[in-house]
Order: sequence, then C-alpha cells, then structure tokens
Amino acid sequence: MNTKAKNENPVISLDGVSKWYGDFQALKDINLEINLKEKIVICGPSGSGKSTLIRCLNRLEAHQEGKIHVSGVELHETMKDVDIVRRDIGMVFQNFNLFPHLTVLENCMAGPNWVRGIDKKEAEKRAVAMLEQVKIPEQADKYPDQLSGGQQQRVAIARSLCMEPKVMLFDEPTSALDPEMVSEVLDTMVELANSGMTMICVTHEMGFARQVADRIIFMADGEIVEQNTPDEFFNNPKSDRTKTFLDQILI
Amino acid sequence: MFVDTVIEDKSLHKPAFLLGLSITVLAFFFAFNFTNTIFGEFLSPVIGNPQESGFFGRLVVSFVLSIIFVLNLLLISFARLKIQIFIVWIELFFLFLAFAYSFDLELAYIFIGEPSKIWLMISKGLFTTIYISAVSIAIATAIAIVGAIAKLSNNGFAYAIASFYTSLFRGLPLLLQIYLIYMGLPQLGFMIDAIPSGIAALSLCYGAYMTEIFRAGIQSIPKGQWEASRALGFKFGLILRKIILPQSIPIIVPPTGNQFIAMLKDSSLVSVLGIWELMFMAKKIGSKDFNNLEMLLTAAMIYWALTIILEMIQARIERKYQQKA
Repeated sequence: MNTKAKNENPVISLDGVSKWYGDFQALKDINLEINLKEKIVICGPSGSGKSTLIRCLNRLEAHQEGKIHVSGVELHETMKDVDIVRRDIGMVFQNFNLFPHLTVLENCMAGPNWVRGIDKKEAEKRAVAMLEQVKIPEQADKYPDQLSGGQQQRVAIARSLCMEPKVMLFDEPTSALDPEMVSEVLDTMVELANSGMTMICVTHEMGFARQVADRIIFMADGEIVEQNTPDEFFNNPKSDRTKTFLDQILI
Repeated sequence: MFVDTVIEDKSLHKPAFLLGLSITVLAFFFAFNFTNTIFGEFLSPVIGNPQESGFFGRLVVSFVLSIIFVLNLLLISFARLKIQIFIVWIELFFLFLAFAYSFDLELAYIFIGEPSKIWLMISKGLFTTIYISAVSIAIATAIAIVGAIAKLSNNGFAYAIASFYTSLFRGLPLLLQIYLIYMGLPQLGFMIDAIPSGIAALSLCYGAYMTEIFRAGIQSIPKGQWEASRALGFKFGLILRKIILPQSIPIIVPPTGNQFIAMLKDSSLVSVLGIWELMFMAKKIGSKDFNNLEMLLTAAMIYWALTIILEMIQARIERKYQQKA
C-alpha cells in the first residue's frame, strides 16, 4: 500500500505552512503531501497543533505563511471559491456539531439540497443510503439530541458523506464519547477507510491507527516530529519525543 | 429551573415565624393609622367614634386588621399551589378595585352618551392603538434583523451605521424622539402626518432595543454550528437563514415578547401628537366633563387586558418552541 504511485498529484499539499495565534506559533513550517485514497493518522500531545493543522485544510483556520493546495486550488485569504473547495472536504468534529433543529434525515439532506442543487427526492435517497452505511437508518426521523453520542457522531459522518467528498477530515471524533460508544464510531471509520476514502484523522485511538493508517504523523509543539508507517512508528520510533508519547499512551 | 426534591417546612407553620410576622404586621398597621378609614367605621361599636378613639382605637383597628391578614395567609397556605395562586390573584384584584372605589368615581359616566364613552374608546381608541402598535412591531422586527446582522458583520459601514443607530435611539427618551420626528422632518422639507411620525418613532426606538436582543440571540448559538455549516460549504446568508436564526428564535422570543408589551403601552406617548388612540381619547373625553379619573381608569383596564392577551400569546409561543427543542 505504501508503494502508491508517486506520480499522481497529491490531493492536499502543504508547503512551509506556519500559523500564529498572537505571539504563540501553533504551526511551524509544516510540509506535507497527501495522496488520494491515503489514510493519515495525526497524533501527538494536546496543544501540539494537530487540530489546528487539519482545520487549516478546509480553511476553518487561516495560516499566515506557506502554501496549502487542495485539489490544486490554493487556500488563501482572498480566494473566491472556498465554498466549492469545502464542499469536497468532509469534516467530522469532536462535538458532532449536528444541527439540533433538523431531524437526522434533514441534517443529511441539507448539504446536497441547499448547496449542491440536488432535488429533495434525490437528496433524501442519498441520505437514506448514507444512514444505512453508518447503520442507523431507523433513526432518520429523530432529532440529534434523541440519539446517543456514538449515534450522533455516525450521523455526522453520514452528513459529510452525503456531499460525496474527496477527502474526509476527522478532528478527534471519539474524544467526546462515552467509552462504550467509541468502537461503533471507529468501526464506521474503518469501513469508510476500506471503501477507499481519503482520510485524515486526528485521534488517539492507536488500535485504529495500526489497523487503517498508511502513515502516522506525530506532532509536538507545532512541528511534525516524525512520520512513518504504523509498523515502523510503533515498533521503531526514531525520536525521543515519540517514544515518550507512545510510552504514555500505550500502557 | 430546578425545583429541589426535598420539601422544607412552610415557614408560615413555624410558631416563631408566625409570631414575628404578626408583630411586624401589627406594627405596620399601627404605623399607618387606619382609624379614619372604612375599617374604623366598621369597628365603631367597639371603639366608639373613630375620630375620638385615640390610642385605644388605633390599637384595636390595627390589631383586628393584622389578625385578618395573618389568618388569611395561614388559611391560604393550606391550599394546593394552583388554588393558592388563584386566591391571591383574586384578593389582590379586589384590593385594586377597592383602591379605585376609594376615588369616589361616577362609574356610570363611562356608559352614558350616544354612542357610549366606553364604546368610543374601544371602537376608535383601541383600534388606533392596536393599529399603531402592530405596524410598529412589524417594522421594528424587520429593523432588528437587519441591525443585528449589520452589528455582527465585518463591514465597517454596516457596523458603524447600526451601532450609531442603536446608540442614538436607545439613548434618547421615546417622547423626545416622537417630537423630533414630528417637528424635525418638516424642517427638512418632508411633511409627515401624526400617525406616520408616531409609527416611525416607535419602530425606530424599539427596533434599536430589538437589534440588541436579536444580536445576542444570534451570538448565543455555539460556534460549532457555524463551523459545521462552513465545512459543508454553506454561504453566510444560508447559514443565518437556515441554521442560526431558527435556533435563536427560542432564545429571542421571551425578551421580544416583553418588548411588544412595552411598546403597546408606550404607544400611549404618541397621544402628544393628537392621535386619537386610547390615551388621547381618555384624556380628551374625561377632561371635558371633569371625569378624568373615570376615563383614565377605563384606558388603564383596556391596556391591562391587552397586555394580558399578549402575555398569553407569548407563553403559547414559548411553549411551542420548548417542545421542539
């Protein structure tokens, strides 16, 4: 899997990206290329810039230096078509961020119907199919707060998938869940990975990382400290920071 | 609100509290001498001529009054909550009536005349009041939506205009605004009638207050809702219309209802422009025959009834949104 053709253009590329919050530098000279169908897991201690990094990829956050390209389009302050780029990048948040005043089905239909210009019938068909894929079609007519956390996160995944994204970003998707609900969300993500989706996941679920990741990126203090295949990363970490982190997280 | 599941003893049923309350009430009634009121007359078999009863009379009257008061409280305290509320409402209402009765009014005055004065008040005054308020509320709501969006936008012009507007119209007394619009605009060459000026002043003033309510309502929606919408590629207007405003309505409704009620009553201020609404008519009709208080009281009752209706509508809307949320 790691011998993926190098000649195809990366779907996402970062070239010397830096970001500051006031005086605090959250990202330091990040260089990264992500190819179609690649599964990336980003891990690292809290405050290391993982979430900031993936939030820059659909420009929920602005970077100040360097270049980010998504599907060949550069993300910058005065870009005209950020919405078009965003429609191709699905994002799943730690706190789900479902629309509480819409039913599960309406949450899933909103994107395709409102911004993709797909008519209601077609959008509903697609929404039902995606809810089946995340295995909660029977909850379609409920409101988000009637569902468990795990179910809500799966709806959030389905909502993103309805937009038929090229890339899916996951920002600590299981961190807000009760322990017994983590696996149902991870199972959904594994299935998605197996279907060939390009995925970038910020997560501490190392089992998941071992199972699906093509590459694991370890970040600390706003820098990419190390990136490697899961086997190498877990069995043969190079930097001391990685070793310390792994010692703490894999007890 | 959380109502605790542990019920404390009613303080009224504790002897110490009851005693303290009785003494306080007695002191209150004694401090305000009730001997020369209707209560003194009732007790004249005991105290003789109230005027000459002196300290003894004052003590007896206040003693009897405080006994009645405390016994009343004690009896009500045994009733169920809903009945308690009902009884207290009725009692307070009768006290209010007694207060009005003490004016020595000629109530029949309201009903005489052809057409009767109360009918004039309702057919003309009430109609004008409702008309002015309804139009102003509609305009104020529209202003508030635009103003709130402007205040939240990054557009310098929009923000500056909106914040200047809310500052000015929240900063001037409404009465002054009414005069300024009615007398000021003609100076610019715009002739403007009394009713449009009144409506303009009310809408602008309440639009300013409601702008702040709407802004706070929009801001109270978690940032995650904006982020999720943006991540799906929604544009600003769509997010506001379909995601943010629908969620802020339950937050906006209670304070907006208060504004509606306040505006309905403040519409009485446009009477200074000679508009034939409730307040103006009450003053006009009453002063002609020196029956001011009768007509003012009539207007008061009509305003009160109107606001009760508005409160009921508001409660209904709130309940509707609470069920959905």
